[in-house]
Amino acid sequence: MLVGPSGCGKTTAMRMVNRMIDITDGDILLDGESVKDRRPAELRRQIGYAIQQIGLFPHLTIADNIGTVPKLLGWDKQRISTRVDELLELVSLDPSETRDRYPAQLSGGQRQRVGVARALAVDPPLMLMDEPFGAIDPINRERLQNEFLRLQKDIRKTIVFVTHDIDEAIKMGDKIAVLQKGGKLAQFANPAELLMNPASKFVEEFVGADRALKRLALQRVKDIDLWKVAQVRVGEMSADARRKVEDADLKSHVLVVDDRGRPHGWLAVNELGSERVPDGAHPGGEVEMDDILRDALADLLTAEARYGAVVDGKGVVQGALSIEVISRFLHEAPTDSRSGADLVEDPAA
Amino acid sequence: MSPTDAVGLFAQLQTRDRTGEANCVSEDGFCPDWIADNWQRYQDPFVEHVVLTLVSVAAGFLIAFVLALIAHRRQWLIGPITAFTGALYTIPSVAFFFLLQPFTGLGKTTAIVALTCYTLLIIFRNVTTGLQAVPAEAKDAARGMGLTENQLLARVELPLAAPEILAGLRIATTTTVGLAALAFLAGAGGLGAELDQQPYFKSNVVVAGGLCVLLAAVLDVMILAVQRFTTPWQRASAS
Repeated sequence: MLVGPSGCGKTTAMRMVNRMIDITDGDILLDGESVKDRRPAELRRQIGYAIQQIGLFPHLTIADNIGTVPKLLGWDKQRISTRVDELLELVSLDPSETRDRYPAQLSGGQRQRVGVARALAVDPPLMLMDEPFGAIDPINRERLQNEFLRLQKDIRKTIVFVTHDIDEAIKMGDKIAVLQKGGKLAQFANPAELLMNPASKFVEEFVGADRALKRLALQRVKDIDLWKVAQVRVGEMSADARRKVEDADLKSHVLVVDDRGRPHGWLAVNELGSERVPDGAHPGGEVEMDDILRDALADLLTAEARYGAVVDGKGVVQGALSIEVISRFLHEAPTDSRSGADLVEDPAA
Repeated sequence: MSPTDAVGLFAQLQTRDRTGEANCVSEDGFCPDWIADNWQRYQDPFVEHVVLTLVSVAAGFLIAFVLALIAHRRQWLIGPITAFTGALYTIPSVAFFFLLQPFTGLGKTTAIVALTCYTLLIIFRNVTTGLQAVPAEAKDAARGMGLTENQLLARVELPLAAPEILAGLRIATTTTVGLAALAFLAGAGGLGAELDQQPYFKSNVVVAGGLCVLLAAVLDVMILAVQRFTTPWQRASAS
């Protein structure tokens, strides 16, 4: 992920990888081999290339556009045709409807997908993407980003991705290189580290004043240590309930659950009564294990609750999330939350 | 001429007595009978005209196209070449024939050399602007995908410049048909020679001039057909 303001050299850095711009000093190694030792055209055919302006060839059908590099490499017609259909499906386009059309007949979002499909045509191990979602409206951009993240889970490519949008970098990247004007590397870190410990005033400003909130977007409820909460049932002995509170992290309240372990509501410890746990728990916020922390916090704030019951996919209580838990998480040292596919080579490093 | 006109004309040919024809001709009028009797004398000039046009346009296209490709790689050449072909274009044809005579004498060669020179400016300019109009992002993507400069030219730039190139060819062809009517001044014959023989005889002017227009129109339609056939994507974009 290369990110930085315009004119910082992020595109230049990317274009040096496939020798669209020649390297004057230093080197870039791909699989241990210097790109300077490879013939440019041959090198480029093995590196996927997608740019913001897409650059589809207006005079070729979608199928011919995608098949450009396979054709250069001498694939036979049948193999190219099969691959084209496969790729169109991969980027969620209907092959029978799309393949014989011309670029001008597609919408911007569809063209963008074709651009990505074309870059993937010969299954290159490395891809270069220069603001591939830059020219698309925010709603479609978000959708394409999510689609691409899902796609990337399957194809596991090493991608050098250029963007000026820090949110996109944080969302899409495993490792982020923040570049400063003049091509200076301001910081190279994973997203959490970047948000937690900006290396300089510049990085701090670039990631924005809401960087704490952005960190919340990186992690899910299940990634952090939840509070243990006393789970009680209506009619249970109050004394048993009080004993459970001793073991729990949350001392002031108990969570009333139903027979299947689903949350019912909260009771203050002093409302437990002397005999048995009474009915009449106060409803509170509820979040799911798979929610991202930012959404979970929003739910808690909406419910005006300090605690939220955390449930799994079946609705069974797994613990409690509190605003304190979230705020403690924000002050912890960042952990490698993303299973980062290590960049083999980073041009900016 | 509409079909009904043609039928009427044909009927006149059948019924008119030949004295009417003699009168008409002596008055330099428009005489269908005379045309019917004499159309064969236009056959050879017409063929000469077609040959002059086709050879000149083909040679001009070849030269201008190669020049444009050279200038495409060395952009600084575009200015000088445009200036030079522009200068050729401004030479009056009579003067051109006269200037060429010491080298090529009188005859077809002189006419063809001159006519070829007149096509250069138009074709060179259109090939050049066509290549320049190729979207930069398409070229960048092509290079980024690993097309060599020659592959880029053959697979991306020329196909995308084709409409502009063929448009230039159309203009050049139409212009050449017209200019070839002056080729008789260089001793190359053509329909112009017929016009020159009896410039006040309406029937002659109509037939010789009409054949010129017809030739220009037919060639134009033929190139247009090629253009539509080779650029299906242009119609797709419009829809």
